[in-house]
Amino acid sequence: MSVLSSIMAFIAAAIIQGTPLLFGATGEIITEKSGNLNLGIPGIMYIGGISGIIGGYLYEHFCAEPIPVLCVIISLLASLAGSTFIAFIYSFLTITLKANQNVVGLALTTLGVGLGNFYGGSLLKMFGESGSISLLVTGNAYKTKIPFLSDHLGIVGETFFSFGFLVYLSIFIALFAQWFLNRTRVGLNLRAVGENPATADAAGINVSKYKYLATCIGGAIAGLGGLYFVMDYTTGAWTNNGFGDRGWLAIAIVIFALWKPRSAIFSSYVFGGLYIACIFIPGLSGSTKELIKMLPYLVTIIVLVFTSSRKKKEHQPPAALGRSYFREER
Amino acid sequence: MNQVAIELRNISKRFGRIQANKDVNLSVYNGEILALLGENGSGKTTLMNMISGIYHPDEGQIFIGGNEVSINSPHDAFNFKIGMIHQHFKLVDLFTAAENIVLGLDEPGKFDLAQVSKRVNEISEKYGFDIDPNKKIYEMSVSEKQTVEIVKVLYRGADILILDEPTAVLTPQEAGKLFDVVRRMRNDGKAIIIITHKLHEVLALSDKVAVLRHGEYVGTVNTAETNEEELTEMMVGKKVALNIQRPEPENPEDRIVVEHINCHSRDGVKLLDDVSFVARSGEILGIAGIAGSGQRELLEAIAGLQKLDGGSIIYHDPKTGREENLRDKTPIQIRELGVRLSFVPEDRLGMGLVGDMDIVDNMMLRSYRSGRSMFVQRQEPEALAERIIEQLGVVTPGTDVAVRKLSGGNVQKILIGREIASAPTVLMAAYPVRGLDVNSSYLIYDLLNEQKKNGVAVIFVGEDLDVLVELCDRIMVIGSGKITGVVDGRSTTKNEIGYLMTKTVGEEESTDAE
Repeated sequence: MSVLSSIMAFIAAAIIQGTPLLFGATGEIITEKSGNLNLGIPGIMYIGGISGIIGGYLYEHFCAEPIPVLCVIISLLASLAGSTFIAFIYSFLTITLKANQNVVGLALTTLGVGLGNFYGGSLLKMFGESGSISLLVTGNAYKTKIPFLSDHLGIVGETFFSFGFLVYLSIFIALFAQWFLNRTRVGLNLRAVGENPATADAAGINVSKYKYLATCIGGAIAGLGGLYFVMDYTTGAWTNNGFGDRGWLAIAIVIFALWKPRSAIFSSYVFGGLYIACIFIPGLSGSTKELIKMLPYLVTIIVLVFTSSRKKKEHQPPAALGRSYFREER
Repeated sequence: MNQVAIELRNISKRFGRIQANKDVNLSVYNGEILALLGENGSGKTTLMNMISGIYHPDEGQIFIGGNEVSINSPHDAFNFKIGMIHQHFKLVDLFTAAENIVLGLDEPGKFDLAQVSKRVNEISEKYGFDIDPNKKIYEMSVSEKQTVEIVKVLYRGADILILDEPTAVLTPQEAGKLFDVVRRMRNDGKAIIIITHKLHEVLALSDKVAVLRHGEYVGTVNTAETNEEELTEMMVGKKVALNIQRPEPENPEDRIVVEHINCHSRDGVKLLDDVSFVARSGEILGIAGIAGSGQRELLEAIAGLQKLDGGSIIYHDPKTGREENLRDKTPIQIRELGVRLSFVPEDRLGMGLVGDMDIVDNMMLRSYRSGRSMFVQRQEPEALAERIIEQLGVVTPGTDVAVRKLSGGNVQKILIGREIASAPTVLMAAYPVRGLDVNSSYLIYDLLNEQKKNGVAVIFVGEDLDVLVELCDRIMVIGSGKITGVVDGRSTTKNEIGYLMTKTVGEEESTDAE
């Protein structure tokens, strides 16, 4: 029984670790489907986290008796606004000004991490407080479990139904994105923009509009990964650089999942599991632990080798990924 | 029936310093085929792009059905029932035919691809197309892709169809099929504009011909009342002799003997299948074939850029009489053997020249190894660049202009000029006149003939059968990587070559069907 329960605990931990990755990966897939390679996603996820913290903090700080539901709504909106804004900057620079996508993306990642750490470290001082940020009301509101299912289904309930709502939202968004991209008119048009913008343009599709919308919506979704991390995973506490390199893992998952949001769900949990595998394997020495921590990155490299040697067209990145679109280029 | 479908009045468009269109007037009636004729760079495609909403005219008016309209986007063009079939297909490779056909459409109701396929099949039946709506574009032949393009505009209810150089990539048989479809569309009351520079197509297909020269409108004539000479004169402004010179080969001797070479793509498709031939000095060997039949691989194999699975490529040195096997050698190894091989690749700005570098730097791509110190020597390449500009009449503001900014013809002159400057013994040119106007093309033919007279073995990959038949001493036909025949340029006919071109392809299609 203890083996089963520790396996179940591992699965639950993998899902928890995988959820921020899933948000990030889904957001990046939607962005990349428009032909924009947004390497600013790691930064945007920091921004998503810190914006949620700021929103939640302001509410908790200025309200004597914060209502949990409002805590969630305010921090959620603040997070979406923050990450959409950074994604908008990326869009403006790469779509309107046609700047190099890689340069802009990397710059925004640096900016996002920096802003996150700056506000994370100075928010309390701005309001004359000391100590570290801890939004218990908001954090616990995010951690609210599904009432009945979580405690009446035994170990199944504990493993699969004991998470905060963002975990289920991430799965829903991924499935919705899968359906949207493949089964709707707008999804078809969006994929065309990423594959061949000149063709999309000639077909009467507003390429810039699609790129803006996909990038901003993708950024907003990715930002929720940062929000989940600070609100649910750490229960409303901010630690500088606490989110770590999860944003890069999210981008790796996009490749691992072959640009399919549905596959990103499973991939994220696999990566989440690999990320914490070292904790669950008993009796590891310090150096072995570090080697185990390499696994997600190693898997990414192996997957890259395989997907690029296997020449199936459907498994390749969007054909126009990373390139700006100039209409009157001759 | 006889109503004006679209009329252009005094349309002008500039791109920076280049005047692409000046005071163009045109009108097309319903149930009529208008051929828009002009040399390359005469502004035909630009003009049509303005009708289809990709560019916007600087001056002038467009009337559709008698009303003045402003076409600001491709979307507007759809609303005016204008459909353009581009020369370079605007299709998403990864999508099926049906997906490409509905792309960007805002139809009411549920998004249902099965319904789309049904309507596609109805249109195909009406006009006699052969198309599978669920086939992906990347699995299609060029002709199938073109069919998708045409069905796409018909699906959108287009009444005015513009076809930009539709036969450029088709075999004569496929072109014939296309003409049948176009005639059926005309009889259905559609107004059709067909952009071309092939005179025989104009005469065979159109009702009226409008001619552009250097962006200016020359005039419109009824096809029935004109002939090739008059149209050519309207096109180029002066009478150009249609005859290409063909001097007799002098003392031809074997220069390159290719035997039984094979080559596969990464997917295992045979690109070259047991190819053997001889290229002789003082002779132009033409290579004919549908685009993508292995011409590129063949030339790259000789140039040392293509890995082969077997066979040999023996070079006979004219001075020493030595024989060298060039197979599986790199271009540098080949050069170190003293083999003077010049290659004018199909992809001029990809393989031949670096677009963002200036003319002198592009000259140095061939000579950078011959420097005496660690610093590059710019005097010699600069002198060469100036010589080429003068001798070949390259139109450029100077030697320090990025090659990318020059027109196609001038780019080609620079590339060929550089390649023949190294006094080659073998000159390979792939589609050297593609995209060039008539005058530039003749200049290129003269250059090739001059090399031939100097005893160079010239290999000329061409697409215009008329040119091949008039220019080449021998013509080798390649189909699906196989040599389907070698004919004498002086006695062969276009029909014979056309037949050889399609022979293997036809066999392959029938095996696919099984």
